[in-house]
Amino acid sequence: MLIGKTDRVEFCGTMKYSVEINGAKRTVDIDGETPLLWVLRDTLDLKGTKFGCGAAQCGACTVHMNGHPIRACQTPIASVGDARITTIEAIGDSKVGKHVQEAWIELDVPQCGYCQAGQIMSATALLTRNPAPTDHDINVAMSGNVCRCATYTRIRAAIKHAAKAGSI
Amino acid sequence: MLARRNFLKVSLAAGGGMLLTATLPAAAKAATLGKAGTDAVALNAYLQIAPDGLITITAKNPEVGQGVKMMLPMLIAEELDADWSKVQIAQADLDARYPGQVAGGSTATPLNWLPMRQVGAAGRQMLIAAAAAQWGVPAAECETAPGVVLHKATGQSLSFGALATQAASMPVPDVKTLKLKDPKTFRIIGQPTRNLEVPRIVTGQPMFGIDVSVPGMLYAVFQKCDVHGGKLVRSNVADIRKLPGVRAAFEVKGGTDLRGLLDGVAVVADNWWQANRARQQLDIIWDEGNVAGQSSHDFAATAIRMSKGRPESILRRDGNPDAAFGKAAHVLEAAYSYPFLSHTNLEPQNCTAHVKDGQVEIWAPTQNPAPGAALVSSTLGVPPTAIKVHMVRAGGGFGRRLSNDYMVEAAWISKVAGAPVKLLWTREDDMRHDMYRPGGFHFFKAGVDANGQLIAFRDHFVTYSQDGAIAASADMSPAEFPARMVEHLEFGVSMIPLRAPTGPMRAPRSNAFGFAFQSFLDELAHASGVDPVQFAHNILGAPRLLPDPPMPRQGPGFDTGRMRGVIDLVAEKSGWGKQTFPHGTGMGLAYYFSHLGYFAEVVQATVNATGEITVDKVWVAGDIGSQIINPLNAENQAQGSALDGISQALGQALTIDGGRIVEGNFDSVLPLRMRQAPPVEVHFLVSDHPPTGLGEPALPPALPALANAIFAATGKRIRSLPFKDHDLSAAA
Ligand code: FES
Ligand code: FES
Repeated sequence: MLIGKTDRVEFCGTMKYSVEINGAKRTVDIDGETPLLWVLRDTLDLKGTKFGCGAAQCGACTVHMNGHPIRACQTPIASVGDARITTIEAIGDSKVGKHVQEAWIELDVPQCGYCQAGQIMSATALLTRNPAPTDHDINVAMSGNVCRCATYTRIRAAIKHAAKAGSI
Repeated sequence: MLARRNFLKVSLAAGGGMLLTATLPAAAKAATLGKAGTDAVALNAYLQIAPDGLITITAKNPEVGQGVKMMLPMLIAEELDADWSKVQIAQADLDARYPGQVAGGSTATPLNWLPMRQVGAAGRQMLIAAAAAQWGVPAAECETAPGVVLHKATGQSLSFGALATQAASMPVPDVKTLKLKDPKTFRIIGQPTRNLEVPRIVTGQPMFGIDVSVPGMLYAVFQKCDVHGGKLVRSNVADIRKLPGVRAAFEVKGGTDLRGLLDGVAVVADNWWQANRARQQLDIIWDEGNVAGQSSHDFAATAIRMSKGRPESILRRDGNPDAAFGKAAHVLEAAYSYPFLSHTNLEPQNCTAHVKDGQVEIWAPTQNPAPGAALVSSTLGVPPTAIKVHMVRAGGGFGRRLSNDYMVEAAWISKVAGAPVKLLWTREDDMRHDMYRPGGFHFFKAGVDANGQLIAFRDHFVTYSQDGAIAASADMSPAEFPARMVEHLEFGVSMIPLRAPTGPMRAPRSNAFGFAFQSFLDELAHASGVDPVQFAHNILGAPRLLPDPPMPRQGPGFDTGRMRGVIDLVAEKSGWGKQTFPHGTGMGLAYYFSHLGYFAEVVQATVNATGEITVDKVWVAGDIGSQIINPLNAENQAQGSALDGISQALGQALTIDGGRIVEGNFDSVLPLRMRQAPPVEVHFLVSDHPPTGLGEPALPPALPALANAIFAATGKRIRSLPFKDHDLSAAA
């Protein structure tokens, strides 16, 4: 016999939050602890950002906050404030993001594809601050993103491909 | 090896154009199907040509990342002589007209290679017939170029689009009269072909099961007993109903089938996070049943005790191993083991269902929709005709989605909640309610003679039973290598009763046996002072086909020449034996035949002073027959499979304690990460055999090749998985 869950969580009421997603102000009326991931997916119908672990372990939920990659599953909506959030749906609006997407297509990177939104968000953040990353730079920037299909060989090649495209 | 009989049916597609339906019973041996199913598989395909020339080819099988949604249409398009740039691909639903809608066992290539091409060839012949009729010339004088029919003598030509409507009224050709292309003239098959889905993937379009949205949909979670099959006694579900956003919360009384609907509590809310948060307030009292002995620790102790006695049953015996050990120059004994594993599809299990007025509509990322529909039918008591299943792209399959537990749960919850629901599991649910790759123990003894020939081999395999029978995917074949190539050999089996459910995981059985057998064979090579490549040659002997003994999953046998071919190729490509490495770096070889594919792999690895393993590089050589259908995807699949094996070897294990899985997320089950991923060089040996599948066979050699490389680097032999549990600091 076993008694189940015992941790108690506080339930606060809902509140209105106005956040900037992909360049547009969006207002949601929601519990402030709701992770950005679920606001994006379930409230705002932006389903490109994925759920893989809910524990900052897989990177499937990676989005940009003011250009930096963050894990949306660990980001309460109440903490977003004025920050600019960019998701996979709009990453192609930036030159670097577009190059990354094109490199992914050119090299036929995905298998199941489920991790790839997160991979592209991390890769774009890397190339934005470091246009010519070394293998070591790639290892550091990309090791938070799990690819269960293990397409790492092509992800690495595609990052280098996009870097080259960016330098022309 | 495939049946030539088929049946082609044609009708006008809605909106004009030709709709060609083919029902193709494939008599390929069920034995070659791996875990996918043992019934003969019948095939069916759609081909639609619009008057504007756009060709829609329906991919009938579930797509889980293996690339079948591209591969099947490529076969059809080739023989149709389609212009590939005008082809679009549609995903079929589960549909009685398409039997064999399953993704498993690397079967799609061998089962569809001929029939799908026949579908295309039949379409091409009808288009030619239509053109010939219009021009009043013999069909035999007509030919095709991509997307057009030509009559060279008169210089006339008509596009497929222009001919489509008339072609639909042409008689359906007898399959015996179909002329297939000479493979030398292939324009689509064999070309590196980009996956048409990638532009949608990289822009984040909703396309996976988890992305499904239907009007009025609510979100559900389902708490089951972490001791598999535990029964619900009582819960505080009434309190849960009062929590924010919760629309329904109720107890579910399930059955005893661990792959079906089980006891639990469902929570349905306005969004998923609310549902899951409310669930955290559940207090449930379970009757776990008897969990005595249901711990990894107990299993290991039981296995050692069993190994000291005779096996409970003998799977195979040739000659007299005990007597032969006495004649061997080198005799070695070793115990190998490997743990239970979770499939860890990156997309956790999920399913959307809508039960209304006795009708059930389901959107499921499943590898095996038909048994799922049957499960829903029997559990909900609705006729199969009232169930509609849409197959949705899955974020990884690896065998997990051959089971449909999430499907029946979603349907049940929708029925009780009276609304469409999307059920989504957490990562912890996924890891703790899997159909696990069974662990196992091998107690080996073998003898090698003075010439470096393996003359005697024994394995006492300790595996698991469930309800008295061998657990799913926990059995061993009497044809397991090196059986048939060793004069004196015995495979014995003993079983430990297990509660946790087991099932196929990518390269079932092979993913574990490869590690145990190929590591031990490497030990034998080193103990006898024979180079591992030479040792393999000695075992394989002259090129010949060794037929399979009578057994489940009986296949076409084992070709020693093909195995040797890939071993020699990988040795050449990796520079095997040509380099001397400093202490701490070494190369390991392993080879394995599974799912009709012959693979040999070399891993170069380095172990540093702190015992940290770096996989420097992997070389893969494979023989999957005469044709690599899509080299771009083939390389990706082979690389991914090899790295999947490396991932399992380095960091993955589940621990069972008191009948429950201890681990729950990627902080304890460690997937391979970018910083650990080596380059993987893939080579295919094209041979004169029918093409076979690639979803699995490149995986099994990767683990032992790495273990053997670590031995070469350090002199330390690793005999259990995963490597993270071994301290190599003293060895390096
Ligand atoms: S879902 Fe956020 S890191 Fe895995
Ligand atoms: S492509 Fe499947 S998880 Fe990365």
